[in-house]
Amino acid sequence: MAVITESIVAPVERTQGYWSGVARRFRRDPVAAGCAVLLLLLILAAIFAPYLGLADPYAGSMARRLRRIGTPGFPLGTDELGRDMLARLVYGGRLTLFLGITPVVAAFSIGTVLGLVAGYVGGRTNTVIMRLVDVFFAFPSVLLAIAISGALGAGIVNSLVSLTIVFVPPITRVAESVTASVRSLDYVDAARASGAGAFTIVRVHVLGNVLGPIFVYATSLTSVSMILAAGLSFLGLGVKPPEPEWGLMLNTLRTAIYINPWVAALPGLMIFVTSLCLNLVSDGLRSAMNVRD
Amino acid sequence: MLAYLLRRLVYVVPVALGVSLICFMLVHIAPGDPLVAVMPLDATAEQEAEMRAAYGFDKPLPVQFGLWVAKAATGDLGRSIATGRPVAGEVMTAVGNTLVLAAAASLIGFPLGLLFGFVAGYFRDTGVDRAVTALAITGVSVPNYWLGMVLVIVFSVTLGWLPAMGAGPGGSRDWGWDAEHLRYLVLPAVTLAVVPMGIVARTVRALVGDILSQEFVQALYAKGLMHGGVLRHVVRNAAPTALAVMGLQLGYLLGGSILIETVFNWPGTGFLLSNAIFQRDLPLLQGTILVLALFFVAVNLLVDLAQTVIDPRIKRT
Repeated sequence: MAVITESIVAPVERTQGYWSGVARRFRRDPVAAGCAVLLLLLILAAIFAPYLGLADPYAGSMARRLRRIGTPGFPLGTDELGRDMLARLVYGGRLTLFLGITPVVAAFSIGTVLGLVAGYVGGRTNTVIMRLVDVFFAFPSVLLAIAISGALGAGIVNSLVSLTIVFVPPITRVAESVTASVRSLDYVDAARASGAGAFTIVRVHVLGNVLGPIFVYATSLTSVSMILAAGLSFLGLGVKPPEPEWGLMLNTLRTAIYINPWVAALPGLMIFVTSLCLNLVSDGLRSAMNVRD
Repeated sequence: MLAYLLRRLVYVVPVALGVSLICFMLVHIAPGDPLVAVMPLDATAEQEAEMRAAYGFDKPLPVQFGLWVAKAATGDLGRSIATGRPVAGEVMTAVGNTLVLAAAASLIGFPLGLLFGFVAGYFRDTGVDRAVTALAITGVSVPNYWLGMVLVIVFSVTLGWLPAMGAGPGGSRDWGWDAEHLRYLVLPAVTLAVVPMGIVARTVRALVGDILSQEFVQALYAKGLMHGGVLRHVVRNAAPTALAVMGLQLGYLLGGSILIETVFNWPGTGFLLSNAIFQRDLPLLQGTILVLALFFVAVNLLVDLAQTVIDPRIKRT
């Protein structure tokens, strides 16, 4: 309808925007689009878990421990305390996805600001910020995450803090390098010559050009972040029992591998599928947005 | 080039100091009194005084840091709260076992990653390429602590072919290069190798694809070189970057083995760390992290130096 009215009112050929082009290219990639749908379903299931008519994820019974997959009433079996696995897996997605995605969002905000400042201002500011980043790069990410949450102790907030610290340096590095490359372009010089202030130039001319590559890079970190977040809980850092969380569930079910191995492997399968989807969506975005690394 | 090498060498000093500072701060970001955090619960008055003197908790932070670094430089990383033994000794034994695991994982992961990446890059957009790409993305997406569990379920629990835990018969902690010990190495090494294999394969595939699309390759064919000859040029061009990625991955293996060591009860640094976390043994945590991070810094340095030497295009002055 809208299209027809528009073509009557304004018979001008409409040029497509950048983002609609990206969306179109993304939709044409069956793997990426399929994964995006699957991710959306996982997220929706996690958000609306209480309304899905699932069993109570905390209610256990010693009488029905470690039932097999396909047991009537327990489609995915029960865990080591007799709790319904299907309910715990759906509810578990809430914490795992939250703990995996939040640090990347936080690090994206902090790292972009730091990288913009370092890349645009340059000079000593750049040296200070980037040398600090170098020091954090001297730690393998898993090690840094475990070091910080190990010192802070178990807990959801501590896990978020440590993972954010882990992802700020790489995002800052990417943001700095793209900002520095945009900064020396002619149109930025032109804006400066016409009297625009630094803040205006960054907001109007730089941000739009650097946000895309930084965003794509950040999405590529989400799967690592989720594996790490679940890994921290798996180590006993992060989420505490009896909360359902995939990494923690994997840990508490470890002892069950001799009794009912495939139920014990289920939480890890969820982490794997989610992380695979995140990576494929990120790859799809990268090629749809034509970002080169 | 020599000037660059020297500069790169000198640059390690501030990075190493920064790394030490972060490790030093770990005890201070821990909730509660740092003195309590590094002391056994049943510490006597003398022990308390000794700890206070050793760490200098009554002095300003920069002085404390100086004291700590000076002691660490002489190989004194304090004493473990849980065992009372010197941290340095415990860490060194564990590092040896972690290195065995990381080396084995590299020997499995790197050649496979190089091979897959090369083949996929050379035969772009064929079935082989798609299969390798799928394998590589699976490799980088799989939570390896879960993969370890699945391998144990298949090869230990179901088939009974390989041992599920430990680094040798009877829970031995000393590694030996015999058949019996090697059986224990297979599952953790394969598990640990999957992520680097995926990353190396992805990088090399992109690299080879890029090189083949450059004009000089056309020139080589035009000159009359056969596939083998062209391949030699591609390998030479891809080598420095591939080497850098592998070096970085080797460093990551040292830190990334923590979760795998927990899954397999492998008596390395990861095992030490998870014990330290479980018992809130901060000196042990601090010391282990410091040693591993310094190892990583050293590996990165070596990779950079090697890259400068083998890549004639790098003539940094």
